Order: sequence, then structure tokens, then C-alpha cells
Amino acid sequence: MKGLKRRQIVNLLAFTASTLATLLGLAVLCAILWTLLSKGLSGISWQLFTSMTPAPGSQGGLLNAIFGSILMTGLGILMGAPVGMLAGTYLAEYGRGTRLSMVVRFINDVLLSAPSIIIGLFVYTMVVLRVGHFSAFAGSLALAIISIPVMVRTTEDMLNLVPMSIRHGSAALGAQPWRTVTQIVYPAARSGLLTGLLLAIARVSGETAPLLFTALNNQFWSTNLNQPMANLPSVIFQFAMSPYENWQSLAWSGALLITGFVLFLSIAARSVATLFGEHDTRAE
Amino acid sequence: MAKTTTRTMTKAAQCFTLAAVASLATSVVMAADISGAGATFPYPVYSKWAEAYKQQTGIGLNYQSIGSGGGIKQIKADTVTFGASDKPLEPAELKESGLVQFPMIIGGVVPVVNVAGIKPGELLIDGPTLASIYLGEITKWNDARIAKLNPKAKLPNQAIAPVYRSDGSGTNFLFTDYLSKVSPTFKSKIGANTSVEWPTGIGAKGNEGVANMTAQTGGAIGYVEYAYAKQNKMTYLQVRNHDGKSVSPEAKAFQAAAANADWSKAEGYYVILTDQPGAQTWPITGASFILMHRESKDAASSAEALKFFNWAYTKGGDLANSLDYVPLPDSVTKLVEQTWRTSIMANGKPVWTGK
Amino acid sequence: MYTLDSRSSSMLAKTFTRQLRREARAEGIFRNATLFCAILVLVLLASIIISLIYGSLPALKAFQWSFITREKWNPVTEQFGALAPLYGTVISSLIGMLIAVPISFGIAVFLTETCPRWLRGPISTGIELLASIPSIVFGIWGLFVLAPILQHHVQPWLIDNLGPLPLVGKLFQGPPFGIGLLTAGLVLAVMVLPFITAVMREVFRMTPQPLKEAAYGVGATQWDVVYGVVVPWSRTGVIGGIMLGLGRALGETMAVTFVIGNAHRISASLLAPATTISAAIANEFNEAVGDLYTSALIALGLLLFVITFIIIGAARYMLLRLESRGGKRP
Repeated sequence: MKGLKRRQIVNLLAFTASTLATLLGLAVLCAILWTLLSKGLSGISWQLFTSMTPAPGSQGGLLNAIFGSILMTGLGILMGAPVGMLAGTYLAEYGRGTRLSMVVRFINDVLLSAPSIIIGLFVYTMVVLRVGHFSAFAGSLALAIISIPVMVRTTEDMLNLVPMSIRHGSAALGAQPWRTVTQIVYPAARSGLLTGLLLAIARVSGETAPLLFTALNNQFWSTNLNQPMANLPSVIFQFAMSPYENWQSLAWSGALLITGFVLFLSIAARSVATLFGEHDTRAE
Repeated sequence: MAKTTTRTMTKAAQCFTLAAVASLATSVVMAADISGAGATFPYPVYSKWAEAYKQQTGIGLNYQSIGSGGGIKQIKADTVTFGASDKPLEPAELKESGLVQFPMIIGGVVPVVNVAGIKPGELLIDGPTLASIYLGEITKWNDARIAKLNPKAKLPNQAIAPVYRSDGSGTNFLFTDYLSKVSPTFKSKIGANTSVEWPTGIGAKGNEGVANMTAQTGGAIGYVEYAYAKQNKMTYLQVRNHDGKSVSPEAKAFQAAAANADWSKAEGYYVILTDQPGAQTWPITGASFILMHRESKDAASSAEALKFFNWAYTKGGDLANSLDYVPLPDSVTKLVEQTWRTSIMANGKPVWTGK
Repeated sequence: MYTLDSRSSSMLAKTFTRQLRREARAEGIFRNATLFCAILVLVLLASIIISLIYGSLPALKAFQWSFITREKWNPVTEQFGALAPLYGTVISSLIGMLIAVPISFGIAVFLTETCPRWLRGPISTGIELLASIPSIVFGIWGLFVLAPILQHHVQPWLIDNLGPLPLVGKLFQGPPFGIGLLTAGLVLAVMVLPFITAVMREVFRMTPQPLKEAAYGVGATQWDVVYGVVVPWSRTGVIGGIMLGLGRALGETMAVTFVIGNAHRISASLLAPATTISAAIANEFNEAVGDLYTSALIALGLLLFVITFIIIGAARYMLLRLESRGGKRP
């Protein structure tokens, strides 16, 4: 009985501790969100979305940064998502069980968790140095490279969930594999692929380090892909470390915007998954 | 439901691709902004100038304040139209990199502190004491050496947190150059340069970072360009200058430092204004320089840049004064214009045509 | 009724063959496209490694092994050593892991055992939301919220109460800056928490029910089951998850840059400012003048890549073994 009593006490302690741990985790989340809201919400105004980043002490907004981020994220995804999807398709369809796919999968997982600053360095040496200047295109390229492993991973996972019987049925009707994949499997995995895309966008939207040496930043409005372009993360980086109040306030508002966007995408990804009945997926 | 989602997705994708293509197309037709990078020292005045210039002419100056080291690197790599540095490059280095150098504006580096109860301009410090703080020899605010200079001040028993520049910085150069001139120990242990090995303290990026870090950390001392101290209402120190007088940082004091400088004799306008003689002189004064290539790769951008600089020389004085920067005297700007005519070329023809 | 004369039937046959050939060609194109993209992933990794090595060569040639053992970082005399960034990277990540792992473990246990079913979804969503927050937000939160709290309340307490202690005291010396190794470690802890929690939860869930029920059957408490059945069973996965978290912490840039203090110095105290590899690169790369300086920074990047590659590779390998036992890849 003594042993049982002891074990029961330990049990109680353990589960109190685990509950406390969870509360701590949630408390930190709330603390961060609360700080974001309280410091960033006051800056949310019509002006935030219509004016450019200001000089220190002047009024302004984040329009060029928002536009730059949207453009570079969009372009990055446009370049990276198809590549990632096709690679994932290879792993799930053509390369099942092959040595190559094992290696690719492993390398992909490593790339997935690799520090993004390395990608920035890579694009700097490959593109910025060769071309001779920073550019939004280089920034988009860095983002594309970051999105590829995410897409490969989620595409493969989602395509693997589609039952083989569907593929067999299609083959039995005489369809070539590519038709099976594009017209049968993709639609079947549609919601999962969409989830993957949303997660890739969420992941890429929050990245700062790769943009530091590629797209740099721009005080003004620019749509020129061949020149530095403003982007939210770099602006937040610069403004937050400055002593100017108007800049710091804009930094918080920008942080709130990015976080809101990313959270929205994550929740959307999750609800797409549950709405269409797939079980949830997580790409780290 | 799924079908409409797919349809909306395709529509969205089409719209987006259209937008991307459109922006790619328009990007070709965009007018080029002037691109520059470098010192954070003059950034407040450059950005004010840029704002006014854009209003007047519609041309934007995209200046990235990444530190003098960054400016030098970027202009050498030719990734920007001009670089900005508070540490002037020596004539040999200019020749080697094919660069032209000229001064743009004069300002002062000011020690700032964050000590409870101390008001701006209340404390006095001298060169050797400042050097000792950054050498790690003086670690508390109520140290005897500080108290000796400030018998009336209430100095707390608080640890000093020195803040220095973690990036390559001309401001850093000016500060360490001054300390090297007044403290032989500092000169031998640390030396003067844009980036040095500090034995103690926290590093922050840019004048902005140092200002921010000093304001955030209790007991901190940092060094920033005066506009930063002024704009953010920081607690600056009075400094005892070369002549033994206590001076406060202001345009008059910076001007006094520049009064005796002879720019015409200096090759590449290489003039250092720290620890200058004069009763009213601010001991940590310096000019901020612009670097451009002798052979311009892009004549149009270089011409635009020179137009902007000319505008700043002739029309930017008031804005500079409002931030306590000292505009260069006319005699110097005329010399600089000559340099433009003779030294900055594109395809054998001078870029600057005089308006 | 559907008879075809010889001409129509040969035309039909021609159309069919044409279509079949087109299909086959399309198949070839599609297949090769996917293969190409798959190989692109490998090429990408190879290119990154090659460009990093190529960029680091000047520094590596100049310093050789002393690069890893020297603390000196002087851009003026062009003497560079990676010891300080390495130290900062390792120690800050270690602090982060020491704090995050027990808490993640607690949360994972809570979610798989104690939590009422209806709460499971919202709480795990909450933890996942923590994972989605961009790292730069953690950085500015750390600088503006956490650092002042540490400077005014926590650090003075640590210095006064733990500083005087004989051995442990060395860790808590120095003026309360508010930022430094400890702060960076705390921010990293908050960042990796959701990842480790997610992996641990996944592997805990995979423990076969019969095994657990058998333990309950002989009178084990819930904690006994967790400690004695679930954890040993998911050992490989747990370690893999921890290592993934470590890999992430080592490579984290933005969260750390704001609060690490940017000092290329090694000191025993956790309250001292330091630097990490990624913070050093982020802060200094755009301003590095001179080929050797730039090369030294790229060499730092190469070091970081090698370290994270090894750790993440080992972690993935462990998780792979777990997957082969019939679980879902976390």
C-alpha cells in the first residue's frame, strides 16, 4: 500500500505539473498576442495602408512594405510551389520505393529545418553579387527556395493519403500515369494540397533573414523587381531597433499585420483540412 | 462547395498572375530612384532632405542606413549609386577602388546616458574618463573619477552598461579616434576604426540601435550622432574639450571644430575633425562623406545623385540646421563641384554638367 | 449499325494512334518534369553547400583550424575566430532546450492523457498558433517586453541571490543588462516549445493502446503508464523531436539578434551579452568590408550549416526509424 500511496502522489504531482506547463505555454502565447494587439492596434488606421514608410519623426504608413511583401511572397510561391508540388508528386507517384526518393525525402526534410539565413547567403552569392545589386527578384528567389521543401513535404504526404485503388481504377480505364495524377489524384487530394499551399505561404510570409541580403529595403514605393523593394519584415527589423516613436509604433503594427496574416492562414489551413475531412497535417 | 472553391481558386490564381505580369511590365517603365547606402550618422538629415526633394522633384532617394562599413562595401561592389561613410577613405584606398570622395555635412558625436535622475547636459565628462569607462576600468556610476568632475551631481551606485556599435560605423571611427587621441591606453588596447574589439558592453546596430539600447537599459552610456540625441530627447553629456573648457553639443560647437579645417589641401578631402583646438569646439566632430565611382556605370543615376547633392548644398541648409547639423561652407561646396566636373565620368564625358 | 468502311476505320485507327502517341509523349514530359524537380531538391542542397564552401575558402585558408578555436574577432586587423559565436549559439540553444523540453513534455502529456477531449482541439490549436508566429515578433517581444522585466526584476534577484554562491554563482555575475545569453535562451525556449510539443504529442499518440491498457490492468497509475510505457516506447521519436527543436534553435536568427547583445566575447556569466552565428551574420554581413571579413562570415554560415545538418539529419533518421515501425511522419 505504501508503494501505491507514493505512486499516487507522484501521479498527482506529475499531472499538476503538466497542467501548469500547459497553462504556462498558453500564458506566453496570450502575453505575446496581447503585446502585439496593445502596441500594434493603435497604429492600425487608414493611413497605415495608404502611405509609404516615413522618415523618422514624420507620419506615414506601410503601404510599400505591404505591397513588397505581398509581391515577393506571391512571386516566391509562384516559383517554388510548382517545383515543390512536382517533386512531391515524383516522390508519391513515380518514385515510390526507389532509392532516389528515399534520398530526396531525407534531404528535403533537412532543408525544411535548415536556417533560413543560409538561404539568404546562398542567394546573395548566386544572384546579388553576380547581378551587382539587391533586387526584389533575389528576395523572391530566396523565398521560393524556402517554400520548396514545405511544398514537397505536404504534397507527398497528401498524395500518399489518396488510396491506391483510385489509381488502379484509372489505370484500368487506360489512362496514362500523368492523366491519373493530374485528373484523378490531384482533385482527390485537393484540400490537402490547398492546406500545404497555405502553410507554405504562412511559413514564407514570416521570414526575415533571407530578405536581409537579397531584397534589402526601400523607403519609397517601388514595383521594380530589379531594385530593392520594401518588405514588412525588413521594415519591422529596422524600425523596431530605432529610437523613434513613430517608427517603433509602425513596427508593432507591421508585426501585428504579419502575425494576423500568418495566423489567419494557419487557421484556414486547419479548417480546410477538417472541412474536407482529412486529418490534420503539420509541416514544421 | 468544393467545386466553387476550386473555381474561385483558379480565378484568384489568374488574377494574381495577371497582376504579377502587369507589375513586371510596368517595372521596366519605372523611373529610377537614386540608391545609396551607408552611414547612419547623417541619416536623419538625408532622410529629411530626401522627403523634401521628392516633394519638389518627384525623384526618390532610397538610402539604406546600414553603417559606414556597409556603405563602403556596397559602393565598392557597385550595388548602389553612392556610398556614405563618416570615416573618410585614405587617398591610396580611393585610388585603388576608383572612387571619388567628398564631404556632405558636418555633425557631432555625443555621449548619451540613461541614469535615473540625471538631466540632459547635467553631467560633465572628459576624454580620459570616457575612455576608462569603455575600457572597463570604471564600472559604477558613483566612481570617484566621475564624481570628481561632477561634485554636485547625485550619482547612483549603479553598474555602467557601455553600449557600442556592433556594425561597421563611421560614428564608431570618430568616437574611437577621439578616445585614442586623449587616452594612450585606449589607443594601444582598442585603437581607432569603424569596427573595433570592445572589451566590455553591449553592441547595437546603427546610431538608431545605440540610441534605442541606451534608452532601454538602465545605467547605460552610449555614443550617437547629435540628431539622434536631440530627436529622442536623450540625456547627453557635456564634454571637456582640448582647451579644457566644458562644452555642450550644438551646431555652434560643431562649427567651431570645422572652422580651422583646410579642405583644399587635403587629397580626397581627407580631414578628421576630432579633438580640434578652440574654446567652443566640440571635441567629437566629424564630416560625413559621399563615395562615388570615378567611372560611372550608370550615367543617368549618377547625374541624378549629383543633382540631389547639389540641391542639398544649395537649398538643404535650413533643414540641416533644424537638426543641428552644420552645412558645409560655400567655399568647400565650390571645390566639391569642381571635383565633380573633373573626376566623375561616364564614357569619357563628365557626368556633372552644372544643373 | 456501327459498321465502318475500311477508310473510316483506318482514319479512326490513325486518330487513336495519334492520340496514344500524344498521351505517351505527355507522359514522358510530365514524368521527367517531376523527376527533374525531385533532383532539383538535391541540386539545391549541393549548390548551397558548394557556394558556402567556396565563399569560406579565403577565411578557412587563412585561419585553418584556429578559426574554430579562437575568440578574437577583429575586423580591423582582420583576425577572425568563430569561438564566440559558436559558444553563444550552443549555450543559448542549450538554455532554450533546457527550459523548453520539460515544458513541452508536460504539455504533450497533458494533451494526450489528462486533457478532456473537447479541450484538446482548442489547446493544440493554441500551441500551434505559437508555432506560426513569425520569429521577428518573438525578437521584438523579447527586446521590448521580456528584456525590461529581466533587467528590473529577474536579473537583479539572480545576481543578488545566486551570484554569491560558490560554483553556480559564476553564471550570474555582471550588471543587469536585460539582454544577453539568458534572455536569448528564454526567447528560443518559447520558439521551439511548439515544435517539440507537436512531435512529442504525435509520438505519444502512437503508443499502442493495448500496451497501455495492459499496464493499467496491473494497477499502474496514469503517470506510471506515461513514465513506464509511453516514454520508453516513443523514446526514439522523443529524442528525434528534441533534436529537431535543437536544430531549429541553433539556426534561429531574428528572435536572437534583438536580445543577444552583439558582443564577440565569451564570459562565464549567463547574464553577459554574447553573439550567435546567425546573429553575427545578420548584423555584420551587409557591412563587412574586405574579402576576408565577408569570407569569415560565410565560413560562420558554413559552420552553422554543418552543425544543423548533422543534428537535423540524425533527428530525421531517428524519426524515420519510428515511421518504419508504423507511425505517421511527424
